[in-house]
Amino acid sequence: MADFTMKTGDDGVAIITWDVEGKSMNVANEQAFMELDGCIDEVLSNDAIKGAVITSGKDTFAGGMDLNVLARMKEDAGDEPAQGLFDGIMKIHQMLRKIERAGMEARTNKGGKPIAAALPGTAVGIGLEIPLACHRIFAADNPKAKIGLPEIMVGIFPGAGGTTRLAWKLGAMAASPLLLQGKLNDPKKAKAAGVIDEVVDDPVAAAREWVLSEPKIVKPWDEKGYKFPGGAPYHPAGFMTFVGASAMVNANTNGVYPAAKALLSAVYEGAMVPFDTALKIEARWFTNILMNPSSSAMIRSLFLNKEALEKGAVRPDVPDQKVKKVGVMGAGMMGAGIALVSAMAGIEVVLIDQAQESADKGKQYAADFYAKGVSRGKLTQEKMDGHLSRITATTDYEALKGADLIVEAVFEDVGVKAEVTKNVLKVVGDDCIFATNTSTLPITELAKASDKPDQFIGIHFFSPVEKMMLVEIIKGQETGDRAVAKALDYVRQIKKTPIVVNDARFFYANRCIIPYINEGMRMVQEGVAPALIENAAKLVGMPLGPLQLVDETSIDLGVKIAKATKEAMGADYDEAVDEILFWMFEEGRLGRKSNAGFYEYDEKGKRQGLWEGLAARYPVADEQPDLIDVQHRLLMIQSLEAVRALEEDVLMDIREGDVGAILGWGFAPWSGGPLSWLDMISAAYAVERTGDLTSRFGERFETPALLKDLAANNDSFYGRYQPAVAAE
Amino acid sequence: MTTDAYIYDAVRSPRGKGRKDGALHEVTSARLSIQMLNAIKERNGLDGHAVEDVIWGNVTQVMEQGGCLARTAVLGSDLDESIPGLSINRFCASGMEAVNLAANQVRGGAGDAYIAGGVEMMGRVPMGADGAAIAADPSLAMEQYFVPQGIGADIIATEYGFSRDDADAFAVESQRRAAQAWDENRFEKSIVTVRDQNGLPILDNDEYIRRGTDMQSLGALKAAFKEQGEVMPGFDKVALIKYPHLEKVNHIHHAGNSSGIVDGSAAVLIGSKEYGERMGLKPRARIKYNAKIGSDPTINLTGPVPVTEKMMAETGLKVSDFDLFEVNEAFSSVVLRFMQAFDADHDKINVNGGAIAMGHPLGATGAIIIGTLLDELERQDKELGMATLCVASGMGAATVLERV
Repeated sequence: MADFTMKTGDDGVAIITWDVEGKSMNVANEQAFMELDGCIDEVLSNDAIKGAVITSGKDTFAGGMDLNVLARMKEDAGDEPAQGLFDGIMKIHQMLRKIERAGMEARTNKGGKPIAAALPGTAVGIGLEIPLACHRIFAADNPKAKIGLPEIMVGIFPGAGGTTRLAWKLGAMAASPLLLQGKLNDPKKAKAAGVIDEVVDDPVAAAREWVLSEPKIVKPWDEKGYKFPGGAPYHPAGFMTFVGASAMVNANTNGVYPAAKALLSAVYEGAMVPFDTALKIEARWFTNILMNPSSSAMIRSLFLNKEALEKGAVRPDVPDQKVKKVGVMGAGMMGAGIALVSAMAGIEVVLIDQAQESADKGKQYAADFYAKGVSRGKLTQEKMDGHLSRITATTDYEALKGADLIVEAVFEDVGVKAEVTKNVLKVVGDDCIFATNTSTLPITELAKASDKPDQFIGIHFFSPVEKMMLVEIIKGQETGDRAVAKALDYVRQIKKTPIVVNDARFFYANRCIIPYINEGMRMVQEGVAPALIENAAKLVGMPLGPLQLVDETSIDLGVKIAKATKEAMGADYDEAVDEILFWMFEEGRLGRKSNAGFYEYDEKGKRQGLWEGLAARYPVADEQPDLIDVQHRLLMIQSLEAVRALEEDVLMDIREGDVGAILGWGFAPWSGGPLSWLDMISAAYAVERTGDLTSRFGERFETPALLKDLAANNDSFYGRYQPAVAAE
Repeated sequence: MTTDAYIYDAVRSPRGKGRKDGALHEVTSARLSIQMLNAIKERNGLDGHAVEDVIWGNVTQVMEQGGCLARTAVLGSDLDESIPGLSINRFCASGMEAVNLAANQVRGGAGDAYIAGGVEMMGRVPMGADGAAIAADPSLAMEQYFVPQGIGADIIATEYGFSRDDADAFAVESQRRAAQAWDENRFEKSIVTVRDQNGLPILDNDEYIRRGTDMQSLGALKAAFKEQGEVMPGFDKVALIKYPHLEKVNHIHHAGNSSGIVDGSAAVLIGSKEYGERMGLKPRARIKYNAKIGSDPTINLTGPVPVTEKMMAETGLKVSDFDLFEVNEAFSSVVLRFMQAFDADHDKINVNGGAIAMGHPLGATGAIIIGTLLDELERQDKELGMATLCVASGMGAATVLERV
C-alpha cells in the first residue's frame, strides 16, 4: 500500500493523506517523497483540481525522517558520499519548493494553487518541514500534539528547508529557541510562536475551506521587497543579533557541537542571498554536518540505538511481561520517584514504608510533582487525580498481594535489604519478579535473600528518577530471562531507556563515573588548577566537572563507597584519593548538602566560585598541564572502564555502553559515547595515548587487550561488534 | 642597499568628543582629513607631484569614510591630483601602518616621499558600522572564539593580575599627564586648529580630557563589559573556552580607564634623505624599524608585547635602550601588561598622557602617537623612542624612531 493517497472531492480540493502502513506514526523515506511528489504533480497539472490539503491518516501527522535514508544517500554515492548527500538533499528541496511555488509564474507570482497542511497531531522534524513548505498550516486543537524541529538533539539540524523557512519566517532571534534548542510546542504555543497559522477543531475541513477561498499563497520571501525579520546580518539590529547568537551558542555548547555551529552558519549565510540560494547553502551545511563523525555518532547512539534499546533490542524472547501492579519498598526519594513514574504509566502502585508518615510523604512527593505539571499546563487535573488514585501509601505488606513486580528501594545495606526481601516474598505470589534498586551492592549477593534467585534482578535508577532517562538493569548470576524481560517491559512502560548488564562491582555506570570523579581529585592533589579541571571537563562536553559532581553526590557518599570498596578489595584497593576525600569529609565540606564543598555556596544554596581554601592544602602548581592532557585523562579514564566492562562481559552490547553513558551520566554526548569516541580517535591513537598516559600518570590508564587487538587489526568497536547485533 | 626613511613633519588635529555634542561633530571626515593634508603641504612648501602617494588609515570605511577616502581627501585638498591616495585598515594601528608602509616604500625605492596618516570620525561613522564577519559569521566567530575588545582587555587583567585599582590609578595618571602636557604647550608643534570654510576656529584643544580625575571619581563608574560578559550574550564563557585555567573574568574596565571615543586626524611627511635635500627640508627622525605581528584573537590586545619581542630579536635593541615609549592606551590593562612584561619604567611611557585622557580616533591614533613621540624626543633632547599599539583581532604594530 502506498504511503500517500490522494482523493479529490466534488469541490475540486484534493486531499492527500499520508498513512504509512504498519507504523504508529508516519516516517518519511525515499518512497514517501516520491509519492508525495507524484501527488503534487497531479494537483498542479490537473485543471479539475483547485488546490490540495496534505494531512495524515493517523492521529498524528508525522514523526520525522527515517534517518537510514540519509545513510543510504551516503552509501549509494560510493566514493563521493558528500556529493550523494548534497544531491539527495537538493532533490528534497526541489520537491518542497515545488509545493511552495505551486505553479506560480516566477516573475509575476501569478497563478498557482493553494496547498495547505492539516495536522491532526504531532508534527516534528520532516513532519513539520513539509507543512512549512505549504501555504498555510492548520493544526487540530490537540494539547498533546508536539510541533517542532528537534533535530539538534541528535546532533544534526533541520535540513529539509526547516532551518531556512523558520528563520526567514520568524527572524534569527525568534527562530533560535526552536532551531537551536529543538523546542517542541503544543499547537496553541506553536501558533503563538508563529510556526503554524491556525488551531482549529477540524483541520482538514478548515484547510479545505481555506483552499476554496482563493487565498493569497505567495510566500513573503518570494515577493519583492522582502526583508529578513529582525534584520539580516549586516543590518544594524541584525548584526547585534548574529554577534550575540554566535557567542551564546558557543557559550552554551562549549564549542563542541558542530551541528549548532552549522545551523547558525546556514541561517547567517542564507540571510544574505535569495531564498533558493539560501536553501542550497542550507544543503551544503547539512551535508557538512552529516559528514561529521560527531553527528554520525550522535545519530547512532541518541536516535537509532537508543530507540532500538527502548524497543527491546536485547529483550529475551519470552511472552509479554507488562507490569500491572508494582510494589515499591521504601518511600524515600528513590522509592517516591519510582512510584511517581509507575503511576504515570498507568501501573497500580503500592508504596510501602515502615511508618505511615513516611509512606504518605513519598506519595506527597508524587502529588507535588503532578501538581507542578498541572500548573504548567502539562497535565490535566483529571489525569493527576488518576495517577494519584493509583498510588496506595501504606505500611501494610498485605497490600502487596497481587503485585507482579516489586521494586525494593530501601537503605543501601545488604542486611536491611535481605530482611525486606524475605518479608515481601512471604506475601507476594510465586510469579512475582523481585527487583532491587541499588547503585553499588552486588545483585548476586542480594539475591541470596530470595528462594527464587532466577526471579531476582537489579534495577538501578538514577536520581531524580522522574528526570533521569536511563535505567540500568543488572543480571545476577542466576537471574532468568523472564526477570530480564519483566524489567525491560517495565522500563518501557515508564518510558525510559534500559541497558542490561551483568553483575560486577559498580555495574556499568558507577564503574565509569567513580574513576572520573577520582581523576579530578587526583589532579587537585597534583596541583592542577581546579578551574582548569572543571573547565576542561565542560569543554570536552561533560555536563558537570568532576569536582562539581562530587559536590552534587556528596563527599560522605564518596567516603562510604571508598570504605566499602577498601573492605571488599583489600590490598588491591587504590587509595590515591583517600587523602583529599577524607580531609574534605573532616573539614565538613560534604558538598551541596552542607553548603560547602569543592565549591562555595550562598545561604540559598546557590553555587558560587571554587573554594579558595583548597589552594592552602593543595597549592596550584606554577606549571599547568595542557588542556588536552586534562581532557584526555578525564575522558580516557571513563572510556577505559567501558572497554574493560566489555572485555569482562559486564557490558554485553556496545550500544548499551554508549547509550548508557550519555543518558546515565552525560558522557560527552557529541562523541556518541565512550566506545564511539575511541572509534572516532581510532584504536591506534587510543593505544598510543593510553601508553603515554600510563607512563606519566600510572597503571590505571593501561591499554586493555581488546583495544590493542582492535588497533593491531585496524578495526573499531562498531566495525567489529555492530554488525552482529544489527542482525537481531 | 636600501634607502633610509625619515620623518620631516607631523601634524594632528585636536581630538573632539566623538558624539553629537562633540566639537568636531559638525566636520566631515573628508574635511578634517583635507585640513591635515593642507597643513603638511603648507608647512613644507610642497608643490605639484610632491609626494608619491597619500596612505590614509581609517577603520570604518563606510558612508562618508567609504569610497576610498584617501583619494577623496587628496582631491579635496590643495595637493596635486597626480597624487593618488590609498585607504588602509589595520584597525587601531591603521595610522601607524600608513606610516610604516610609507617608510617601507621609501626604503624599497618605490617613490621618495609619502604623506601618511589617518582619520576617524567616531561620532559620525560609528565603530562597527562596517560590520565584521569575525564577529557575526558563526563559522568564524565561533571557531575563533570572538569576544569584543573590552572583554579581551578584562581577560588581560585577569590573566596577568591587574586589579580595578591598578587600572584606575593608571587612568588618573594619564589624565594628570595630559593636562600637564597641555598646560605646558607640549603638543604645540603638531596641533593644527580645526577651522571652518571661513577660517573660523572650531577646536584647538583635546576636549576629551577630564582634569582633576581621581580614584574616587573613577571608583563610581560601573564595569562596562560585565553585563555582556556574564549575562547577555555571555562572552565570558566564550573567553574561558580559550582560557580554561581561569575560573572567571575579572571585569575592571569602564569608560574612565579605557580609551575615549573621539574624532580626530593626523598626518606625517615621510621621505628619503635625498628628498629632504632636494626640498630643502630637515629630517627630524629616522624610522629605524617597524613591525607588525598576529597574536591570539580572543585575548585580542596583547600585541605590543610580541611585537616588541620581535623588534628586540631583529634589532638587538633592549627595552632599556629606549628613552621613551608611546604605548596606545586602548585599555589600561594593555599598557600595564606592557610595563609588566618588560619591567618597563612608567616614567618613560606615555609621558604626556594617552588615549584614556585624550581619546583614540581609531584610524588616526597610530600616526598621532608617532608625532607625539617625536615631539617629546625633541623636547627632552633624547634619541630613541618606540610607539606601539594593540590591534583588534589579535594584532600588534610598532615603529621605532631615532632622532637625527
